[in-house]
Amino acid sequence: MSAFLQDALALVVDPDLFDRYGWRMLEGLWITVKLVGISFTLGLLLGMPLALGRMSDVRPVQLFCRAYIYFFRGSPLLAQLFLIYYGLGSMRGFWQDVGLWWFFRDAWYCSLLAFTLNTAAYQAEIFRGSLLAVPKGQYEACKALGLHRATAFLKVVLPQSMLVALGPLGNELILMIKASAIASLVTVYDVMGVARLAFSRTFDFQVYLWAALLYLLIVEIVRRVLRRIEWRLSRHMVR
Amino acid sequence: MTQKSAVPPPDKRRPVIEIRGLNKWYGSYHALRSIDLTVHQGERIVLCGPSGSGKSTLIRCINQLERPNEGSILVHGVEVTRDTAEADKALREVGMVFQHFNLFPHMSVLDNCTLAPTTVRGENRRQAEEKAHAILKKVGMDNHAHKYPTQLSGGQQQRVAIARTLCMDPQVILFDEPTAALDPEMVKEVLDTMVNLARSGVTMLCVTHEMGFARQVAERVLFLDHGTVLEDTTPDAFFDNPRTERARNFLNQIL
Repeated sequence: MSAFLQDALALVVDPDLFDRYGWRMLEGLWITVKLVGISFTLGLLLGMPLALGRMSDVRPVQLFCRAYIYFFRGSPLLAQLFLIYYGLGSMRGFWQDVGLWWFFRDAWYCSLLAFTLNTAAYQAEIFRGSLLAVPKGQYEACKALGLHRATAFLKVVLPQSMLVALGPLGNELILMIKASAIASLVTVYDVMGVARLAFSRTFDFQVYLWAALLYLLIVEIVRRVLRRIEWRLSRHMVR
Repeated sequence: MTQKSAVPPPDKRRPVIEIRGLNKWYGSYHALRSIDLTVHQGERIVLCGPSGSGKSTLIRCINQLERPNEGSILVHGVEVTRDTAEADKALREVGMVFQHFNLFPHMSVLDNCTLAPTTVRGENRRQAEEKAHAILKKVGMDNHAHKYPTQLSGGQQQRVAIARTLCMDPQVILFDEPTAALDPEMVKEVLDTMVNLARSGVTMLCVTHEMGFARQVAERVLFLDHGTVLEDTTPDAFFDNPRTERARNFLNQIL
């Protein structure tokens, strides 16, 4: 019986395999966390101005933001990554002239750029929706009190809209974490990249199981953190 | 109804708001038709009329929540229909209380009251909080200063909204149906607060159908219908002897 259990366990965690690839897998985990963490944060910084631009009355600004969101939301992330890594990366002479070749020859930077541009478009739409969800009466109260536009936005509108945005933003982050596996296709050794490498050498499918569990682990941590933030942002609501 | 003696008389020599030839359209709908109105310092005016008559639109034009299409509005002699720094400054003297309170739900009662004084007028935090506490006390809400709006009843929220407006020391307060969204048992506490306010001598323009309030504190009642001021008279004259047919019909319906 215990022999059977050991066999079963070896199907899931083979000690030899773990010795060879366990540590690299954890390094891959760190790459994934960095990739998603940085691109999501940059996407946040880019997404808010995009959302405001999309709602702007200035026609050219609005059109630019619309076009941006339309393209990056409407085309596959994989295509965007390939366009940047293989497309822009093929213009070596140009990038060397402008001193950006170090950036475009590096798969990690290209993935970071593609993910940032992509998630910014999604986040812009999330912000736009959440800003529109703030009741009109709140804007009117700000105006009636003579609040400056910046004060009204930062102190009244933004905190209320963030509560609305939090759910969809969390969703977007979780989708990003999983979509980041795409980076492994352009030679980035993130979780999936290491798993692919290990599989190509050993043909042992269990590395994919490890990869799946690692993604699950990150998502679970994110889920818990989000729950805390939501609790904090909604402390004024009757619970 | 003779309590009005406690309310200071208005100063007829000092116009606070002067409206000339005000017109407002929503698409092809003519909401306000050539309104002329002068409001003097310390005057308390009740505006009433059927739904869609333009009474809310009129007071919302005064503080520019609605943009009029034609005409001029002077507040303390400053044209406020144009976007200028002077207009912004003049409008700081005009406060507003809304039907649905519009308190900031994520801020405590106290923070609701201090946000505008600290950011717009640059009062320091302590000074602003002291003043807010004093004003909250006046409206009977100081013991709730650290609660959030959602923890309060409608009447309490409206009293906080009045306090929030008062914290900016307005010369004029506009009320847009302040008791219309309240449960009946809460109307009185808000009206009592407004009566006290009237005694302080502040200029008030109030869209309401509370006739008791009108008789008790108002010098003037304006009756609007289809975007026109049909009657402009004392509360007693209006409620006892309305001159126009439409005012009579209206009064029959709300009584």
